[in-house]
Amino acid sequence: MKKFLGQSTWEFSEVKILGSATAVGPLEGEGPLKNDFDVIHEDLHIGQDTWEKAERKLLEEAFDLAIKKSGVPKDKINLMVAGDLLNQIISASFSANYLQLPFLGVYGACSTSMESLAIAASFVEAGFADNVVAGCSSHNATAEKQYRYPTEYGSQKPPYAQWTVTGAGATVVGKGLVGSRVKYATIGKVVDMGITDPFDMGSAMAPAAVETIAKHFNDTGRTPNDYDLIVTGDLAGVGYPIAKQMLLERGYDMSKVYNDCGLMIYSSTQKVFAGGSGCASSAVVTYGHILKQLKERKLNKVLVVATGALLSPITFQQSESIPCIAHAVAIENEEE
Amino acid sequence: MGKSTGQKRKESEEKRKYQQMTKKMRPNPPILLNSLKAFLVGGAISLLGQGIQNIYINYFDFSKEQAGNPTVATLIFISALLTGLGVYDNLGQFAGAGSAVPVTGFANSIASAAIEHKSEGLVLGVGANMFKLAGSVIVFGVVAAFIVAFIKTLIKLL
Repeated sequence: MKKFLGQSTWEFSEVKILGSATAVGPLEGEGPLKNDFDVIHEDLHIGQDTWEKAERKLLEEAFDLAIKKSGVPKDKINLMVAGDLLNQIISASFSANYLQLPFLGVYGACSTSMESLAIAASFVEAGFADNVVAGCSSHNATAEKQYRYPTEYGSQKPPYAQWTVTGAGATVVGKGLVGSRVKYATIGKVVDMGITDPFDMGSAMAPAAVETIAKHFNDTGRTPNDYDLIVTGDLAGVGYPIAKQMLLERGYDMSKVYNDCGLMIYSSTQKVFAGGSGCASSAVVTYGHILKQLKERKLNKVLVVATGALLSPITFQQSESIPCIAHAVAIENEEE
Repeated sequence: MGKSTGQKRKESEEKRKYQQMTKKMRPNPPILLNSLKAFLVGGAISLLGQGIQNIYINYFDFSKEQAGNPTVATLIFISALLTGLGVYDNLGQFAGAGSAVPVTGFANSIASAAIEHKSEGLVLGVGANMFKLAGSVIVFGVVAAFIVAFIKTLIKLL
């Protein structure tokens, strides 16, 4: 049976969110969504002696807690799909060693959150697994270290720069009786509009988000009004208005339903430049805040569009522009 | 599947338009304010250096020439300490070039890299990485010094 619409939207009929969990760092724990996170660490080191271990610890906590909250025994979880921003996706692979589950590592930069969820849902739908756990992480200090400068180096960032979210989110999907449904996944294509400034991720990623959102509407026949909330992952203060404007030009008025996780996670008084970024931006907002709102039926239909900038420090230094991608997943409640 | 020349031209035109639009929509750094901050902080660091030099001259019997080295060493020590305490990066965000250009900025680039890579070991971590930012300053400093010295020698010969 055909399970896709148009070119790139997958339709799921029986995949549910069974449980999800988030673990975050101190700045996120002071933000407006602090009551939606399961674990808040007051120390950026998370009690570890390296930044890399700190990030991994967050991811392990999120996985452990998501599995626990789902109520699915660990030996009934058939697959783990995870990724992160570090070289060789070490946070994901080392967490997989800790969890000892069948493991597929994925990388889509900050779009990894929805990429891993879409893959997880498709394995359940296809019958290759009953239960799959998906998750991703990012850490401000590991990202700074790998993509930019040492954390204590005194460089001046422009106001359109973004702040990598420290946190991890994980969710268990499977065929269950209760829980919100994973309904659609729209897989994005790579879009490069020639932006070369690695601080200006919002401008670089906005066209990829627009492309995927438009594709989603086109494939499913839905419109912005079919959703209670549409969020992009981390376009933040610069990319968000650009994406909104571009979608309006394509005939999609998003004004009533559109928000951005990078803007939701921090308050305007926190010093985070244009807003949040990183895999964890969309992961902790979705798996913490949005799923909670769905559970409480304050929201019923949500489209999460995770945006990723697929650059590396090498491509940037070789003056190449920034290719970007976005993946969308529709999560919704069954009508009562 | 190759793209025709017409398609390519249309795409690059779209990209150009998009880049122009984003430049208009994003907030630009306040250049005048940043320059003023850089001037004040850079000046304050230099003033501090002068104060330290005067102390070495007046209280420790250094001549004006001799006082230079211990003054620089003191500034480097202060900068490395502030880097370790997690203060200098905040100063850098505020002051920009004001805290990057003086010798304290140079010290910060070395100390911060050393701290960052300590977890990778003393030799391959700290040793191999501590000059990864400062290295180009040294390389181009030496090259510039060589060229200037070369020109000076030429002029003397003429």
